[in-house]
Amino acid sequence: MAYTFKGGMHIPDFKDLTSNKPIIALAGDKVHIYPLQQHIGAPLDVLVKKGDSVKVGQVLADTDSFVATPIHSSVSGTVCDIKPYLHPSGATVTAVFVENDFKYETDPSIKPKDPEKMTPKEMLDVIRQAGIVGMGGVGFPTHVKLSPPPEKKIDYLIINGAECEPYITADHRRMLEMPDSIIDGIKIVMKILSLDTAYIGIETNKPDAINLMKQKAEEAGNIKVCPLKPKYPQGAEKQLIYAVTKRRVPSGKLPADVGVIVLNIDTVSQISRTFKTGLPLIKRIVTVSGDCIKEPGNFEVYTGVTFKYIIEAAGGYIGDVRKLIMGGPMMGIAQFSDEAPVIKTTSSILALSYGEIGYDDYSPCIRCGKCVDHCPMHLMPLYLSKFSLKNDLERAEEYHIMDCIECGLCSYLCPGNMGPLHNIRIAKQKILENRRKKK
Amino acid sequence: MIEHKLIVSSSPHIHDKESISSIMIDVIIALIPASLMGIYYFGYRAAVVIITAIAAAVAAEYIFERITHKRSTVSDCSAIVTGLLLALNLPVTIPLWMTVIGSAFAIIIVKQLYGGLGKNFMNPALAARCFMLIAWAGAMTTFVEPLSGYGADAVSQATPLAILKGTSEGMLPSLTDAFFGVKAGSIGETSGAMLLLGGIYLLYRRVITWHIPVIYIAVFAAFTYLFGSNPTDMSQAYYTLMSVLTGGLLLGAIFMATDYVTTPASKKGQIIFAIGCGILTFVIRKFGGYPEGVSFSIILMNIAAPLIDRLAKPKTFGGGAGNEKK
Repeated sequence: MAYTFKGGMHIPDFKDLTSNKPIIALAGDKVHIYPLQQHIGAPLDVLVKKGDSVKVGQVLADTDSFVATPIHSSVSGTVCDIKPYLHPSGATVTAVFVENDFKYETDPSIKPKDPEKMTPKEMLDVIRQAGIVGMGGVGFPTHVKLSPPPEKKIDYLIINGAECEPYITADHRRMLEMPDSIIDGIKIVMKILSLDTAYIGIETNKPDAINLMKQKAEEAGNIKVCPLKPKYPQGAEKQLIYAVTKRRVPSGKLPADVGVIVLNIDTVSQISRTFKTGLPLIKRIVTVSGDCIKEPGNFEVYTGVTFKYIIEAAGGYIGDVRKLIMGGPMMGIAQFSDEAPVIKTTSSILALSYGEIGYDDYSPCIRCGKCVDHCPMHLMPLYLSKFSLKNDLERAEEYHIMDCIECGLCSYLCPGNMGPLHNIRIAKQKILENRRKKK
Repeated sequence: MIEHKLIVSSSPHIHDKESISSIMIDVIIALIPASLMGIYYFGYRAAVVIITAIAAAVAAEYIFERITHKRSTVSDCSAIVTGLLLALNLPVTIPLWMTVIGSAFAIIIVKQLYGGLGKNFMNPALAARCFMLIAWAGAMTTFVEPLSGYGADAVSQATPLAILKGTSEGMLPSLTDAFFGVKAGSIGETSGAMLLLGGIYLLYRRVITWHIPVIYIAVFAAFTYLFGSNPTDMSQAYYTLMSVLTGGLLLGAIFMATDYVTTPASKKGQIIFAIGCGILTFVIRKFGGYPEGVSFSIILMNIAAPLIDRLAKPKTFGGGAGNEKK
């Protein structure tokens, strides 16, 4: 029986474009670009200057703040520039440019670590120094997630292999090709949290991954695979927690408040690889897909290469590209240029045509209630959208607008194509601003 | 190569294929069996009434939007649905000019003056039917025997509901006839079988969910079984079935009470709405002056829909008490 939650909806996933394409490792580009904003948390200070020579895994930027992770050079070479540059979020952010010497000399500090001989605190420090963040797309520093306040007792560790966003198959391929790294990573995290069981949630549209992970989990002994119903947004944190544990994260609270920590599949894999090799997070799997990509595939790339570079590796564009997206089509960020660099959270790059994005005329809301039926947070998006348009923030809050997880399902299925989520976001932003002003 | 400028907008970046016009077309498809049955039983004039009502509704929408310089919404097919639903609620003998005025009333007064599609607070077709019932009570309540032809040949006949209520004399149809449609009534309400077929299609296409039709009919049936004043010597169960199958209940419950615009948006709200419709229909049929109460009940509940929506907000995921750690 598959685990799930109430609400949500199965949407066409287009995963067969890339789900059977083995990961292709790409070499580095001539110049790698590292924006200083690759995690949620405190800003970083640049530790190198123009002309410095750097090695693979050398820290380029860091801070003393706890809620932050350093950024490393993924190649060896020379720092050729430090200047504001295009960030995949659309903003312009200071970035360090490293000219690749193609020697890939590793920094002398890079050494394998033995988790067996370390205390949890030392292990957390390794994770922080390796720059590991949630690799599913949000980019929250993993060591912070793994350091819940002592009064919050954690009794559930859930590894998120749902990968519910259409098109993306990066985690799927990771499970198929490097299952041991995932199991090892889970063991390390279990040791940090002193837990004796862990759960891996995988949507049943990946039966090969479920079977393989089940076999590996059985060998490991205390890891359980939970098949999840394939529907969107099954991989959203609160929905996944409910599916596996039947616990509801209260409004405005964190998973740790119900004793749960959720980590992405690729994040735990990165943790074990970091311990094994000593290398920080400098490579990741990027799914390149969409109907405007000639040869869609899964690529392992060094961070800092441009989108263009990977798209060329995937055979380039075909057809009339109208939307370029970093991340999934439901929650990803639309790009206005393919010159932006791959950062730690770039799970996929999609190039879609007009026909695929279903761009259509706008009609008024006919109150069909489909957004209400399918909202995974059981909100009423049609009213939230209306209150936002009327700037009635009080009513919007009364209708729990701040609980919206911005999964995008309401806008996806709205027959009037009126994009309720866009309006909801605007109201949420205003409410947050007002709260900040009050403080 | 990227030829055009890329579109940059907030997520999501893909959209479901469903649109307002695809929903409206599904509703039209679902109404075709009942319409054809109406034409079969009442002759070609039923087709004339249907076409007139649709044409008048579409024309009214087009002209109004033209005059007020609003974007034309004729292509979303909602006016066709309104015209068709109105026609199915009319007796076959209705004068065509009344049909035209009814359609125009539905579109201009009930829909457009309140802001157009999505803004009307009453079902346009039903509101127009009620308006016509009050304005032209005679023409609106003259029903003919099915399969009797039209014009001089047509034999006028009391509706089963009027007979059930005891306000008219006549023979009740058998249950089978009532189910398949050999009974006097409005063009579209005669054949329960065809209406159910349309309802199943709408369920299959996920245009509607079962909640409103099933609860509406069940509540009405329960009240009728328990409290209905059965004037004849038939059993209470037979009487209840007859009451469900005659009149506009199936048409109303499947096609009118499920109108998106005028019903609550949440499931909880829809259930309250359907219960209200069921009780009101029973009360009007039992105590009211008219033998039929479906239109009035739905309209009354339409007016209550915004209030119901406010009171029946779904419980948010993780909201409220009782969500702490188990």
